[in-house]
Amino acid sequence: MTKNKIDARLEQCKAEGRKALITFITAGDGGYDCTEKAVLEMAKNGADLIELGVPFSDPIAEGPVIQCASERSLRNGTTLVGIFDLVRRLRKETDVPLLLMMYLNTIFCFGTDRFFALCEECGIDGVIVPDIPFEEKDEIQGSADAHNVHNISLVTPASEDRIQMIASEATGFLYCVSSNGVTGVRSQFQTDFAPFFEKIHKYAKVPCAVGFGISGPEAAREMSQYCDGVIVGSAVVRLVEQYGSDAPKEIGAFTKSLRDALDA
Amino acid sequence: MGKVGRFGIFGGQYVPETVMNAVHELEEAYAKYGNDPEFLEEYRTLLRDYAGRPSMLYYADRMTRDLGGCKIYLKREDLNHTGAHKINNVLGQILLAKKMGKKRIIAETGAGQHGVATATACAMFDMECEIYMGKEDVRRQRLNVYRMELLGAKVNSVDNGTATLKDAINEAMRDWATNIDTTFYLIGSVMGPHPYPTMVRDFQKVIGEEAKKQLMEKEGRLPDCVVACVGGGSNAMGMFYDFIPDESVRLVGAEAAGKGIDTKLHAATVAKGSLGIFHGMKSYFLQNEEGQIAPVYSISAGLDYPGIGPEHANLYKTGRAEYVPITDEEAVQALEYLSRTEGIIPAIESAHAVAAALKIAPEMKPDQIMIINISGRGDKDMQQIAEYRGVKIDD
Repeated sequence: MTKNKIDARLEQCKAEGRKALITFITAGDGGYDCTEKAVLEMAKNGADLIELGVPFSDPIAEGPVIQCASERSLRNGTTLVGIFDLVRRLRKETDVPLLLMMYLNTIFCFGTDRFFALCEECGIDGVIVPDIPFEEKDEIQGSADAHNVHNISLVTPASEDRIQMIASEATGFLYCVSSNGVTGVRSQFQTDFAPFFEKIHKYAKVPCAVGFGISGPEAAREMSQYCDGVIVGSAVVRLVEQYGSDAPKEIGAFTKSLRDALDA
Repeated sequence: MGKVGRFGIFGGQYVPETVMNAVHELEEAYAKYGNDPEFLEEYRTLLRDYAGRPSMLYYADRMTRDLGGCKIYLKREDLNHTGAHKINNVLGQILLAKKMGKKRIIAETGAGQHGVATATACAMFDMECEIYMGKEDVRRQRLNVYRMELLGAKVNSVDNGTATLKDAINEAMRDWATNIDTTFYLIGSVMGPHPYPTMVRDFQKVIGEEAKKQLMEKEGRLPDCVVACVGGGSNAMGMFYDFIPDESVRLVGAEAAGKGIDTKLHAATVAKGSLGIFHGMKSYFLQNEEGQIAPVYSISAGLDYPGIGPEHANLYKTGRAEYVPITDEEAVQALEYLSRTEGIIPAIESAHAVAAALKIAPEMKPDQIMIINISGRGDKDMQQIAEYRGVKIDD
């Protein structure tokens, strides 16, 4: 089996002594073309991994920004099949590792094996499924493994004694949720980060990235001290909301500002 | 059963990591208290002294004679305090919340009956209470919104998605994940992640247990058929559960067919749904081929849900229970029929069960017996039924 691109890129980050930058955009928000351009801009400006959000009618883990993006995208007629086509086009232009962030029902209704086979065929390297906890991961794990797609595990401040179990089986990277609740930019965090990350680092065998609520370069830099990478989502999606078809350029500039802050 | 929290292939715990510890904590607390004699005694005392149980089993003589089929009994859950079966579950869960040291309660509500029952219990137990309710349901059930506020609850109108019950549940789940340390999510139906479907059914099974005992006293035998309406399915599960081993008893659930199951405007999950994973459980849902949850419609805000509890899904799959679709028009006619025939105004939800009974009872024999669960009273629906019939009752 060829090496998963997520692993290769994160090893490269480590070798180069820099923090990984992971960005998120809701696929089909502003149209497939807008997403395509935005992904290429992000890759060009220093994103190491890129998450494509698959819009869902009922995104229970999302805050208002991504909820609205999801609704806009569905109104545009975005489908999973359309997103796979988009990924095929992207793969002609970029090798950046790509992940799908999505809800379990989308995979289940599409057919789990068919879904992961298509991921492999089109060039998706990982999935993040917020409504599949450790106890239920058998629902997709076998199929994901068979197709060399990472099923990314999440830990949150509420995980507490579950961190050991989850972190020790994580592959790709461990998604560390900064604070309990839903996605979205926060002006401040309630979490006591030191003990949270201490526990995570004790058990994690893969790189750790922190996400949920990171608003911009300053917060990215601040949070990067705790782990190997940072994940920025809602702040990118807000640019699509704000700039529409002009968003890709703005997203490129924003990605560069995040990259610069992490590298400074 | 197989895996924990499964009913055949249905059920499970498909929820975000943030709430998993809370789900396990609830599972442990329920395992500890669910069979604890002291807890159960406290619960039964509340059911008796506060909710007014046992609810009556009433012989509907005029309806029986009018339909000319089997004998019909009505299980009067509408006579419970707060006017519906919802209080049974709420009292159980709030007692558990208290034992767990939780001070803040959140709940979703469709028609408002679960919200009212929760607000009521929170007032009595001196707990902070926030209710999530779809904006569309807030409009349809203004009276219940006022009742909840009068009882001291904060009602959050949810304007996302279809602005009905499923969206209220989404928002309640988001609140729960955000305030996980302090908050108890008091789910109102036999749905969601394990242990909710089992726990809510256990707190509702008193309906069927009482009905069985009451019918034994009156008739010395089991019924031949029991009928209940199904949205998520808590009153039906409560009514059916004790009869499941009695294979001679036909179990019928009435689901909301809205404008008809061949239109897009319905909430008939069993008739038109497919297998999916949503709101914490594997079950049947109304959805498109890509798994996007469908907008649903029913005149009844309480049945307006795109899924069904996992135990019902299993009862259907195994053939133990059957589920029939009932349209708005059939439900409204049944509401009017029961009002005029027996002097009992059922909730529009319960009227779906009455409508199913109106179809089945005439086909049954005079020596057979049917029980209809009248899950709630219709006072809350008067404005809407008047509107449906084109009658103006306020400005």
